[in-house]
Formats: sequence, structure tokens, C-alpha cells
Amino acid sequence: MKLDAKIPEGPLAEKWSKHKFNMKLVNPANKRKYDVIVVGSGLAGAAAAASLGELGYNVKCFCFQDSPRRAHSIAAQGGINAAKNYQNDGDSIYRLFYDTIKGGDYRAREANVYRLAEVSVNIIDQCVAQGVPFAREYGGLLANRSFGGAQVSRTFYAKGQTGQQLLLGAYSALSRQIAAGKVKMYTRSEMLDVVVVEGKARGIITRNLVTGQIESHSAHAVLLCTGGYGNVFFLSTNAMGSNVTAAWRAHRKGALFGNPCYTQIHPTCIPVSGDHQSKLTLMSESLRNDGRVWVPKKVEDAQAIQKGLKTANDIKEEDRDYFLERKYPSFGNLAPRDISSRNAKTVCDEGKGVGNTGLAVYLDFADAIKRDGEATIRAKYGNLFDMYEKIVDENPYKMPMKIYPAVHYTMGGLWVDYNLMTTIPGLYALGEANFSDHGANRLGASALMQGLADGYFVIPYTLGDYLAQMPATKIPTDHPEFQKAEAEIKAQIAELLSDKHTKSNGKTVDEYHKELGKIMWDYCGMSRNADGLKFARERIRELRTNFWNDVKTVGNNEELNITLEKALRVADFLELGELMVIDALDREESCGGHFREEYQTEEGEAKRNDANYAYVAAWQYNGRDEDYTLHKEDLIFENVKLTQRSYK
Amino acid sequence: MAEELLNFKLHVWRQAKADKKVNGSLQSGGGKMVTYPMKDISTDMSFLEMLDILNEDLLRKGEEPVAFDHDCREGICGMCSLYINGHPHGPEQTTTCQLHMRSFRGVKDIYVEPWRAKAFPVVKDLVVDRGAFDRIIQAGGFISVNTGVNVDANEIPIPKEIADMAMDAATCIGCGACVAACKNASAMLFVSAKVSQLALLPQGYAERKTRVEKMVAQMDAEGFGSCTNTGACEAECPKEISLTNIARMNREYLFAKLTSDNV
Repeated sequence: MKLDAKIPEGPLAEKWSKHKFNMKLVNPANKRKYDVIVVGSGLAGAAAAASLGELGYNVKCFCFQDSPRRAHSIAAQGGINAAKNYQNDGDSIYRLFYDTIKGGDYRAREANVYRLAEVSVNIIDQCVAQGVPFAREYGGLLANRSFGGAQVSRTFYAKGQTGQQLLLGAYSALSRQIAAGKVKMYTRSEMLDVVVVEGKARGIITRNLVTGQIESHSAHAVLLCTGGYGNVFFLSTNAMGSNVTAAWRAHRKGALFGNPCYTQIHPTCIPVSGDHQSKLTLMSESLRNDGRVWVPKKVEDAQAIQKGLKTANDIKEEDRDYFLERKYPSFGNLAPRDISSRNAKTVCDEGKGVGNTGLAVYLDFADAIKRDGEATIRAKYGNLFDMYEKIVDENPYKMPMKIYPAVHYTMGGLWVDYNLMTTIPGLYALGEANFSDHGANRLGASALMQGLADGYFVIPYTLGDYLAQMPATKIPTDHPEFQKAEAEIKAQIAELLSDKHTKSNGKTVDEYHKELGKIMWDYCGMSRNADGLKFARERIRELRTNFWNDVKTVGNNEELNITLEKALRVADFLELGELMVIDALDREESCGGHFREEYQTEEGEAKRNDANYAYVAAWQYNGRDEDYTLHKEDLIFENVKLTQRSYK
Repeated sequence: MAEELLNFKLHVWRQAKADKKVNGSLQSGGGKMVTYPMKDISTDMSFLEMLDILNEDLLRKGEEPVAFDHDCREGICGMCSLYINGHPHGPEQTTTCQLHMRSFRGVKDIYVEPWRAKAFPVVKDLVVDRGAFDRIIQAGGFISVNTGVNVDANEIPIPKEIADMAMDAATCIGCGACVAACKNASAMLFVSAKVSQLALLPQGYAERKTRVEKMVAQMDAEGFGSCTNTGACEAECPKEISLTNIARMNREYLFAKLTSDNV
């Protein structure tokens, strides 16, 4: 298979405009003849479903939650980047493009990233028109703040709830189309397969999570807006229901999976407190604008804190190590996420970590409160401070917050071309579900930007180009390919609910999931090495075999069955986990979130190997226990010069 | 305070069959309270993690786990519900997922029920159908703009005070605690939060009259009760949505009705 990214010709800044003109259009009267399926109702999904409905297509939109408003985009806190340059501080489309490429450690496509920066300005206009209440200055104009990996203030925000407000904006647009009859919404529905007819994606199979009904839906194109796969680690900042199933089933049907090993470990999360922990909570990166990250200089002090004999306030100023400010004076506490996380791990590994586990560093607001007053800090971050206090039972206005890195976002995802189409014609992947814009590390406030860019401003054009070239003929859902896919799913469910499993004394689904998560975190987390990865691969295979032998389940298909839901998802994570390890093993370099211990500079920074690894690794599935086939898309940089990333 | 291990009796509403709507009235699927003794529950656990432990135990015994809604576990998606010891989301003014067992020191019995409202039929156990909220938003909780707006975001300055008020209203997570808290199961706080947000902003001005009329009509059609200003909704709202939104909506509604073409 030859991967063709279909990047348009011409100078970088003109590619998208030219491409938009060159693409074919579906005339307004014909749009109503085409059916489009959108899976997921987060920023990418809701934006795409609403925009395509407005254009006149017949859209069906699916989500597993009880309402489209609850997709996990809602939990994004800090903000959304846009190259508006309202602050007159030197921002531009080119600078946002450059920061994003550099932040991604030169492992993203130039053309995609430039387009993202280009449409970023439209997103803000669109959202304001929808009634999104962004933060404003006293003069009534929009406020900005700065975020990691950038030296300009280009981040728009709505308190610490930016994702919520943007999603509710997209949800309102979606609701308007549902009322207009252009979008039909299916809630509590999980996509379990994509149906491919004559080489093209022509529909999906879903399970109604309330009745258990397996349903076929036919369409002319399918858009997967199903988010990332961070929950493969069990503990992550993802929602409990976030899963890889839709993307993974598409992968099994032939869509290549790009860069699965690129995982973002976010530096500022609330540390793990015990074995009962079900998920991790993020503290927005925006806190690093005012918070200073430190640990005690002396191991003895750290040990005293771990034992509860001393508190942060007992450590004198000269005995504190503000390690990010020390190592990266120009970016300081706003160093990019991968670098900040790795440095936190390093100091904890040296025994200087705090908290009762020793796996935490301080994020201290004492100086900011002294400088600006508690009221100002409360106005900026009040809801985050409250959340912290509720979870940790400590007042962060008085005691520094304790934070530790946690899995947050996955840069990898389904491989897509410039038009966001996967290797299956007619199957698209948008937002976090695709691999395309963030390279090996995503900068803060860029996920919201990408989700909305893909949904509002890219897919309405590129999808039209595809549909304009295919007949409007519909395929009935009694077509053999639909029936075959339905039968396979029913068989899988029947197996999971057979006596072998319901009468099993084996581990529960959650126990398998936790075990997988631990393997992933220990061997394919913040740092990786060849021996560990090889070991992890064997362990995952073993775990998967055991899962299919004895995982404990209960109940029937024809009901709301939470055990079955989880079992189907964990079964896919058990396959994906292995592929992540394989990809991490293949990539013999360090870049962004992928840190191979064998490949580092003398100062312990990630050492890329541009000569051999400046490619996108796109993996082909050949069967559950078969080897994967690697396809490479070479990344060609015509505009930026590849350098060692420096934030010093 | 240091971690402590708690023992208590957990009484949970179990309902296998969904409630049904028959001729506009709600027919219960029939359920009962079931008691589970809970041992050595850490005060550091969240309430939902305590339920996770119960569910793992039930599963190991081959019994059906308790179905409950939850997703983000960060207090923002609005998916979790649960009526705990007589309060929506339990004794603290927060979401159930942000409620920790440290709030139950010394408590011997914990009762967990689903949201109780005619407009929120029970699906199973503690899971209810809140589709009525979506339909109210579909009736008019939006600004009619298509993708592709070409007005610069800074074209219309909005006073910070107004923007902040709109944001405070927009912070509603649509969980339904206001309805569950209200003796009449009124949805006024939820509806007024959206009406307020959009009425406060200049972008929402053009549709403000029809919006409030349509949303209120849908609210009534869904079977939510009337508002008698007891303020239970505000007192229980995990996002502290203010009662002033209801006053603003009443004003908007009255103004719309007096001048409307949709009579």
C-alpha cells in the first residue's frame, strides 16, 4: 500500500485556499440525497454534524452518553489557541504554525498544521457568534492568556471551563439541526463496526446500550469523531467511558493506525491517592502561568515531607529547587508538557518527590498571591482551586498544590490524508481520533482548536469533494456486508456472555483493565526502553489470551449491561496496547511524548533521529495475534528547519 | 484530616425494568431498596469509587452490578446523578463524582435513589432518561447562526460584567439536580440558565422573544412542574446557578408574551 497524503501543490500559505477552490461541490438540491454518519458528539463530532446538517446533508449522529452535551471535550479546562494577535505581541498564523510544528517535535505534517493555524481565527468568530461567553477585559474585548510552548498570549478561555463552553456552543448548533430534522441523534449508542462495501465505508453497526439491540445504519460516508485512547492506561484524565472501540474496529477493517505510541502525559494532574482510584483529574496547564513548580533540594527534606514530619511551608526558600525555572530560564514553568512531565519524573526518581507516595511535585501560588492578591488568583482559577480542595482535602491558597504527570491525550490515531480521509475511502477521522496535527507532542490549548477546525471548517469542504464524485444510490441494510458485520458482533457478544464467562471464577473486566494499564504505564509511559517494551508485549499477549479464556461477565445482551459494555471496550484496548508497544519499539529515537531511554542528549533531553525516523508510522492490522505491517509516510519539511528543540 | 476506614449500610434502589409513559402518565417499572453492608471504605474514596467496589463484589458473586450514570468524574459532564440521603448529589453542594466518603464520617446508613421526576423516567436502577433537557434546548436554546460567520469576534464589545453574568449562567452542566431537588420537579433553573445566557449577550438579542416562549412551552410539554420560588434548586445546584436567572426568565417571558406575534 502506498500512502498518499494528498497534500496540495503550491506555497504553504496558499495550499488550503487553492485546494478549497479545486475541490468539487455538491449542489444544494443534491445534498439532501446524501446520508452522512457522524460517530461521537464532542467538539469535532458536534461541529461536523451541525455544519453538515446546515449544508443540507442528512446526518445521523451517535454518542454513547445519555446526551451529546456530555462528550469528554466538555472537560477541557484551559483554553483554545487562535492566531488573532489581539494582544499585538507578535503573533501570526505563521508563528502559531511554527510553534505547533516545533512543539510536536517535528513529527507532524506541515500542510495540515498550517491549515489548522489558518482556520484558528475563524473558530473564535464562530464561537462568539454562537454565544460562547469567553473571558473579556473591562473594555469589552476578548481576553487572552499564555500557555505552554508559546511566548505570545493567544489562548482564549472561559474561566477554567473552556471545553465546556465550546462544546455547549457546538451542542446548541447541533440541537438546532436536530430540531430542523437535518440531524437524527442516537444517544446511548456504541459503534461496534464499520461496514465496507466494494472498498468504501458505507455504514456502521451499533449497539443500543439500553435495549442491547444491534442496529445497522447505511450512509454514503462515515466520520469517526471518537476521541483518543488514553484509557488504555486505565488511569488517565479521560472520562470513564472514553474508548478506542470505534477507531479500533475501523482499524481492523483496514484503516491504518498512525503513530500509536505518541501519548501525552500531562504534567499537572492530581497525584494518585490509592488502589481504589478510578480516574485522574487534571489541573489546567493555565495554572502554570502563576504557579511555580518546585521540590525540596535535599532528599532528607523530601523524606520528612513524605512521612508527614514537615510540610511545604517548612522548607526555606534557599532549600527549594524550582527545577523548570532553573533548567529552562526562557520558558520556565511554561515549558511544553512532555518536558515538564519528564522533569517531574526525574526529580521524583531522585527521591525528591513530595506527598505521602513521593510521587508528586509542588505547584506553588504563594508568590502570585503575594503579588496579585488572593482575590485576583481566585477570579482566575477559583473553580480549579475548589476542585482541588474537594479531591485532596487541602486548601491550595494556603498550601502549595501537589501535582504529578498523568496520561491525558493521544497524538496518535487513525492515519488520515490532508482531506481527513482514512485509508478506507469514505471513512474519515476528525479531532483526537486522527493522528494528524500534533506530531509527537501536543501544545496546550491546541486540542480544542483542532477538534473545531476539523468539524467546522475542514470536513464541510473535503467531504463534499468526495460525495460529489459518487452516485447518490443508497445501500439497504439487508446487504450481505451489513448482515455479516452484524453476525460477527452478535457472535462476539454471545461469546462474552457464554457460560464460560458468566460462570467463570476469573478476573473481572476492571481487573484486566487495571493490569493492562499498569503494564502500559510502567513500560510504555513517560519513558521507554527496548527491554521493557519487549517484556510488555509478551505480557499483553498473555493477558489478552487469559481475558478471552476467563474474564468474568454477567447478565444478558438485551438490557443495559455495564459489564458487557466494558468488556467489549477492554477487549479492544488489549489489542491496541500491543500495537502501541510495537510502535514504541520500532521508533528508535526520542521525540516529544515518546522518550526512549537509549536515545537522549547528555542533558537528558529527547534526541531525535531525523535521518531515519522523520516518518509517520502507519500500521496495518492482519489479525488478532498476527504481526502488523508497517507503512511509512515520509514527512517532508519545506518551510521549517529541523533543529534540536530548545526551551532554555 | 487523615484517612479513616468507614463501615456502613448502603441502601440502593434496584429496578430491572424501565418506567414507561402510558397516555402521558408515568408507569413505574417497579423496584425496591436493597441493602448492602459496606466495610473498610476509605474516606479518600469518591462516592462513585465506593460504588465501583460494590459493583466488583456483586460481579464476583455473579450478581448484576448497580447501573448508574457517570462519565468524566471531574464534575463537569453532568452525567452523574444519584439522590443520596435526601439530597441530589448528596450532602455537599457538588456533583456526585466529586463527593468523597470523608463527608460520611459517622454515618451508619446511606440511601441512594435515582432522580425522582415524572419527566425523568427510570431506565434501570439509578439511571434515568434526561432526554427532556435535550428537547428543551432543541426548542430554542441556541443562536441561529450557520458555520462560516464572518464577523470578527471583537466587532461587538461586551461589557465584562455582562459577559461574566452570561458565563455564570452558562456554567450549568444539565445534570438535573435542580429538578430532583424541587418538590414540584420544576425545570425552571435549568431553562432559565440557558435563556439568561443568550438573552444577556448581544448575539442572542434577535431571537430572545421566540426563544423563551418556545423553551418554556417545551418545558411544560415535558411534564415538569411549576416553580413556586422555594429556592431548593439553587441550594442544591452543584454549579451554584443563581435564582436570579429564574427572575430574568420570568421577565423575558412576560415581555415576550405581551408583545409576541406567536399568541
